[in-house]
Amino acid sequence: MSVPSVSATRLLALYRTMSRIRAFENAAEEASRGGVAAFGAALGTARVRGPLHLSTGQEAVAAGVCANLEPTDLLTSTHRGHGHTIAKGADTTAMMCELFGRAAGANRGKGGSMHIADFSVGMLGANGVVAAGIPIAVGAAQAIRARGERAIVACFFGDGAVNRGPFLEGLNWAAIYRLPVLFVCEDNRYSATTPTSAMTAGAGAAARAEAIGVPARTVDGNDVAAVDEAARALVEATRAGAPAFLHCITYRVKGHVSVDAAAYRDRSELARALEQDPLRVAAQRLAALGVDGTALARIDREAEAEIAAAVAAADAAAQPEPAEAYRDVQDVGDGRWY
Amino acid sequence: MPRMTYAQAALTALAEAMRADARVVVIGEDVGRGGVFAQYRGLQEEFGGARVIDTPISESTILGAAVGMALHGLRPVVEMRVVDFALCAMDEVVNQAAKARYMFGGQGRVPLVARMPIGLWAGSAAQHSQSLEAWFAHVPGLVVVTPATPADNFGLLKAAIGSDDPVVYMEHKELWSAAGEVPDGELPRLGIAAVRRAGTDLTLVAWSRAVHAALEAAEQAAGRGISIEVIDLRTIWPWDRDAVLASAARTRRLLVVHEAVQAAGFGAEIAATVAETLGIPVARLGAPRIPVGYAQALEDEARVSAGRILARALALCEVGGATPAAGSR
Repeated sequence: MSVPSVSATRLLALYRTMSRIRAFENAAEEASRGGVAAFGAALGTARVRGPLHLSTGQEAVAAGVCANLEPTDLLTSTHRGHGHTIAKGADTTAMMCELFGRAAGANRGKGGSMHIADFSVGMLGANGVVAAGIPIAVGAAQAIRARGERAIVACFFGDGAVNRGPFLEGLNWAAIYRLPVLFVCEDNRYSATTPTSAMTAGAGAAARAEAIGVPARTVDGNDVAAVDEAARALVEATRAGAPAFLHCITYRVKGHVSVDAAAYRDRSELARALEQDPLRVAAQRLAALGVDGTALARIDREAEAEIAAAVAAADAAAQPEPAEAYRDVQDVGDGRWY
Repeated sequence: MPRMTYAQAALTALAEAMRADARVVVIGEDVGRGGVFAQYRGLQEEFGGARVIDTPISESTILGAAVGMALHGLRPVVEMRVVDFALCAMDEVVNQAAKARYMFGGQGRVPLVARMPIGLWAGSAAQHSQSLEAWFAHVPGLVVVTPATPADNFGLLKAAIGSDDPVVYMEHKELWSAAGEVPDGELPRLGIAAVRRAGTDLTLVAWSRAVHAALEAAEQAAGRGISIEVIDLRTIWPWDRDAVLASAARTRRLLVVHEAVQAAGFGAEIAATVAETLGIPVARLGAPRIPVGYAQALEDEARVSAGRILARALALCEVGGATPAAGSR
């Protein structure tokens, strides 16, 4: 693989995004302990309730792709969407408030981690259903075209999504209408608790895209410089009016949800993956560019301070009033609950 | 406005809505050639392929793309051909369209109209004949509309397109060629029922094609000295509870009739509400819980005919609300 050309300044910015995502998810994981009953864990009390899907180890995909997007570009995400949301520019305090189920949350406490959204930065929502963001993304791209805008849609999904029907439908759709959609397959190698390789025939995600006529590139999804460089070219092509596909091969360091210890996988597999941790890979690249660890340690401290403040704000924030449960259901028939 | 068919009425409404608002687009299979029921005829010629969008046979993405369009400022009218095919897009309707506004905390709206024709359609058998309106009425966030007349198919489709909510719009396949006046003037509002025939002995609530069978039955009942008030619900959610309760409070008997399977049908919701509120005798009549068979003799078993409605109505009146004899359908 060629060495991507990236300036130290840009790489530092990418590192900062990854560091902020890591800090956010570490804090969310800590606050979620006891918040979900699954994989043998009992339900207790926690500030972050319910399923929490962490993208730990996958931060380079979100950071590298979103660094090439403009504020007016749109994004659809997955159930593992904190990283995409932060990288697209969402406010981490509003996000943490959402995870804590507070009225001040990005979604007023109605969505939580799995449905986190920030339309003000073009982030059209995480999604609790695998591959469900793909049709929404191609439709948003049609609306972009109908409105005469130059924006594109970045559509994130995982490797599990390539085995769902909307993957085929949506890629075909984008290809026949030549829609400005960048499909990003964030391949963390697991479909919930099952290795995707055991469940996927053929030559993989990129080959499927190519078969439909959507040009595809495969990159090391743990190398933020590589993701950044590939994304830059594909975003440009997409903005010129044709869909493109970026297959980022990464690794899911945590379990499927926060309470899943992922005991089903070989420990050496995880150990090997941690050697390729995206923050570590970026640090090595930065060292080669003459940036020492002091600068990175400062970025990490700043990220942790930002997230600590977000947690404190979320802790102090109020729960939604019960009446909020009845808001934003629908206009026609509003007030009719029975 | 002239006399027109149920299909022409919808076409006229859609064309007017598209002329008035550039955000209204049509998306679905075969719409460019006018749709399989000619309910889109001429629209692509007038508005072009960018607004009347022919699609692959990809129901999930037809509906999912409509959600994406709606979230980014368009007002798509979605062609699903028949409700049976819309089942391929249930995630997009139920988990996406119906939930987006709520779960994103009001950040987005999903103003789409998903046209999913329902009902028996002579000889079309089990996968092209279902009436699944109750499924969608069960899902918070959706509006469910079931027009019975050309005038309503004009007015309610306009109202649906004008709504900021996702609307499941269920025309009846055996009504496409039904003709009627489409009067100018005030359009019907979503959620408001219409009294199609006044009466004093029994309130008969129906919707979609069952309204016509109910009116036939009411006419026959009149010959037997029974006066039936027929209410066309027009919108299943929100259903016009006030109109139904006001009528039933006068007549003191309620019969709900629908073409859908009776068990767990929406008639049960109406009957239960009226019984809880007024404590009067109530009854339901829907199809037996069987798939629609192909042969005429089998299909007829699934049809809620005027004769069956009449028998149920007379039983309800004559026995004063006690459980009618078994086999009364």
